[in-house]
Amino acid sequence: MSETQGKGKLALYWAASCGGCEIAVLAIDEKILEVAKHFDIVFWPCATDGKVRDVEKMEDGSIDVCLFNGGIRTSEQEYMARLLRRKSKVLVAFGSCATEGCIPGLANLSNREEIFETVYEETPSTENPQHIVPQHETEVPEGKLYLPVFYDTVFTLDQVVPVDYYLPGCPPEAERIWDAIVAILEGKLPPKGSVIGANTTVCDECPRKRTEKKIKKFYRTWEIIPDEETCLLEQGIICCGVATRAGCGARCPRVNSPCIGCYGPNTDVIDYGARLMAALASVIDSNDPQEIEKIIQDGIPDPVGTFYRFSLAHSLLRRKRKLIAAAAGGK
Amino acid sequence: MANDTFEPKIVGFLCNWCSYRAADLAGTARIKYSPNVRIIRVMCSGRVDPTFVLKALALGADGVMIAGCHPGECHYIEQNYKAMRRYYMLKHMLRALGLEEDRIRLVWASAAEGQQLAEHIDKFVEDVRKLGPLNWPANWQENGERLHAVEAIAKEHEESLEVLP
Ligand code: SF4
Ligand code: SF4
Ligand code: SF4
Ligand code: FES
Repeated sequence: MSETQGKGKLALYWAASCGGCEIAVLAIDEKILEVAKHFDIVFWPCATDGKVRDVEKMEDGSIDVCLFNGGIRTSEQEYMARLLRRKSKVLVAFGSCATEGCIPGLANLSNREEIFETVYEETPSTENPQHIVPQHETEVPEGKLYLPVFYDTVFTLDQVVPVDYYLPGCPPEAERIWDAIVAILEGKLPPKGSVIGANTTVCDECPRKRTEKKIKKFYRTWEIIPDEETCLLEQGIICCGVATRAGCGARCPRVNSPCIGCYGPNTDVIDYGARLMAALASVIDSNDPQEIEKIIQDGIPDPVGTFYRFSLAHSLLRRKRKLIAAAAGGK
Repeated sequence: MANDTFEPKIVGFLCNWCSYRAADLAGTARIKYSPNVRIIRVMCSGRVDPTFVLKALALGADGVMIAGCHPGECHYIEQNYKAMRRYYMLKHMLRALGLEEDRIRLVWASAAEGQQLAEHIDKFVEDVRKLGPLNWPANWQENGERLHAVEAIAKEHEESLEVLP
């Protein structure tokens, strides 16, 4: 897209997200002016005035690029995802939430009822003697009022609509965002469905020394002061760099903190947690079943949070089992 | 839940060098075992990536069995120990997602142990039968409510009054 062809149209939207990805866009600093030179921002509720009604009136396919952050947890978010998909030529899942559910996706360890109970009844600062929780439909004298339906399960953007490109990271690094914008402007995009980014792992960007990984105990970060030069995993700290896509420059291990996996799985990995489990299983230095079980159970008290901190919603099993489904014997 | 008509769907990953031959042997020796296991041959139990197990469950298997050479007898030296470590790792995670212990199982059977393998399979099928169907994909179906709610928004927007400038 060159300037002579006129300006492109850009939209940004957020769904089940923390807002960090909106800030991340601004982290490209003065390059945002470059973006403004090439694109008219037609919809960006976080930063500009614009109404859903306006988007509904646009021609289908008239938005050139839509950067969509956040997962899908309510009917309103799903509606917006479908609307923006229809109106956009290129839909980008922007950030970990849209790509793989991220931290909001860990709500898939609960369901709506449990979440409402915590939020509207149990939290210490809540007083709700009438047990009022949000309803989808409410009758008022003037008619019916609706609230979005809150789903039991958080979905990723691509579980709801087809996605053209992915920009992983919680949030994506400014340099990677800029790389993606340049790729879009120059039309040098990878095949549809790809991640715009690296195809290696965080370990490949990590300067720590590696010899042999053999451990008898997994330490949680507060249990040990790691030495600053050796690979953290070799010291028994669960570092997800082995399973995580490069792109951040190994930010966390560089400051003595393990990678927790925010850039998601590398290319061709179907299930992030499976990859990480396989990698961690191979560093355990024991062939004795009882000892192995003990190392795993003592060292990994929160297995889902450890293996799927960012990717539960996009994993093969997607969520914790819902008891209702079990009791009904399926169907 | 569990009933007599329920036939569990089991996926079995069997090592080429031992358990797969044991299954073969059971066949030629006319040893009967439950037909519920769909057998997938792998070159070694160490080839069983946790992804395989998760995928089987995600596609609707009621249970997954992994069978390899006895400890110390793996043709690739140590790979069945790796399989064992992955297995415990997976079990630990699956427990947290609400899966019963008895839905995944690791067993050892040498090429000569057709009878033992048949017994392992029968026992596993019975244990899974007791648990009833798993039907994992049903876990994220939001019944009709979801689609209905999304369509309702579109309708509501169409019907609501235009605010004139
Ligand atoms: S990916 Fe991270 S920064 Fe972006 S919205 Fe989600 S939680 Fe926030
Ligand atoms: S496991 Fe972590 S600390 Fe070790 S090399 Fe990889 S990224 Fe660096
Ligand atoms: S090191 Fe890991 S957790 Fe830290 S920013 Fe990079 S990918 Fe994310
Ligand atoms: S060759 Fe049979 S388990 Fe490795």
